[in-house]
Amino acid sequence: MDAISQWQKQWFDYIHYLRQEGFLDDQFVQLKKLQDENSPDFVVEVVSLFFEDSQKLLTNMANAFEQKVVDFKQVDANVHQLKGSSASIGAMRLKNVCVNFRNYCEAQNVEGCLRCLQHVQQECSVLKSKLEKLFMLEQQIVAAGGKIPVLE
Amino acid sequence: MGLATNLELDHFHVLAVDDSIIDRKLIETLLKTSSYQVTAVDSGTKALEFLGLNTIQEEEENEEVTNFPSFSSTTDHDDHDHDIMEVNLIITDYFMPGMTGYDLLKKVKESKSLRDIPVVIMSSENEPSRINRCLEDGAEEFFLKPVQLSDVKKLRSHLVKGIRSDHHIIENQPNIMEKTQSAVELEFQSL
Repeated sequence: MDAISQWQKQWFDYIHYLRQEGFLDDQFVQLKKLQDENSPDFVVEVVSLFFEDSQKLLTNMANAFEQKVVDFKQVDANVHQLKGSSASIGAMRLKNVCVNFRNYCEAQNVEGCLRCLQHVQQECSVLKSKLEKLFMLEQQIVAAGGKIPVLE
Repeated sequence: MGLATNLELDHFHVLAVDDSIIDRKLIETLLKTSSYQVTAVDSGTKALEFLGLNTIQEEEENEEVTNFPSFSSTTDHDDHDHDIMEVNLIITDYFMPGMTGYDLLKKVKESKSLRDIPVVIMSSENEPSRINRCLEDGAEEFFLKPVQLSDVKKLRSHLVKGIRSDHHIIENQPNIMEKTQSAVELEFQSL
């Protein structure tokens, strides 16, 4: 098997693993399908926007919990945003943590919220490194003159 | 100018409204992939500004007879500093800070010049009462997020509705002022 085919197989296996473990769901596949000659970097761009935006949201949430009086409404609004954008890029695990988080916001449970915040931060961080690995594989394939496999 | 472009089905102009930058990018790409022209804004307020809806213009429009419902302030306002482009469809997120998608829907439907622009609402929450309220108050469709390409394909039928009335206007060009009112009324009755 030549290098390109090997990397392509690695890519397939990695995507399969990410889906299996629930890091990504079908929405990610839909995003890939939207990527074409007109928008060749679409997925990378959306994912970058996502991590930039989620960083801002996480910072806002952390700040909210530093205040004497926690503005749960504001935190909930931020979590709602994060949940929405997670769903939009197919970040299933992250989305699910957000669902949990919102419940604690509603209950105005500071401890529960802080645990969720930590969880969300971790999931974000993990997802970021997983996707970076995926994109690096893609870059390798393309740089070697190969094509990124099409997902069905 | 506005009349000509309306007949080119590939040049439908959609105004997308969403406060999430990710969702804006997504809806923009979905629409562009489907060959629509897109303008994406991040709030209902900006959407209304883009549509040319501010107090002064609204007063002017209310005095005019409604001749070109799907046009929504185009050629009449060429003398303004910013080009008010024709919008054929508005697709908006429901949950936004400040003006919600529902508020935007109401404002559009209350406006003489904008009320005939089809409005589609998107939301990440599947709440039947919310969905029904939007549909009852004039929204054409309600899409659950994340929006799919198959959802965007459904927009065509709502956009074509607006075109049929414009066809009448083109065909009756010489007597346009006279004919238009009744032609448009006929079209809208048959919808």
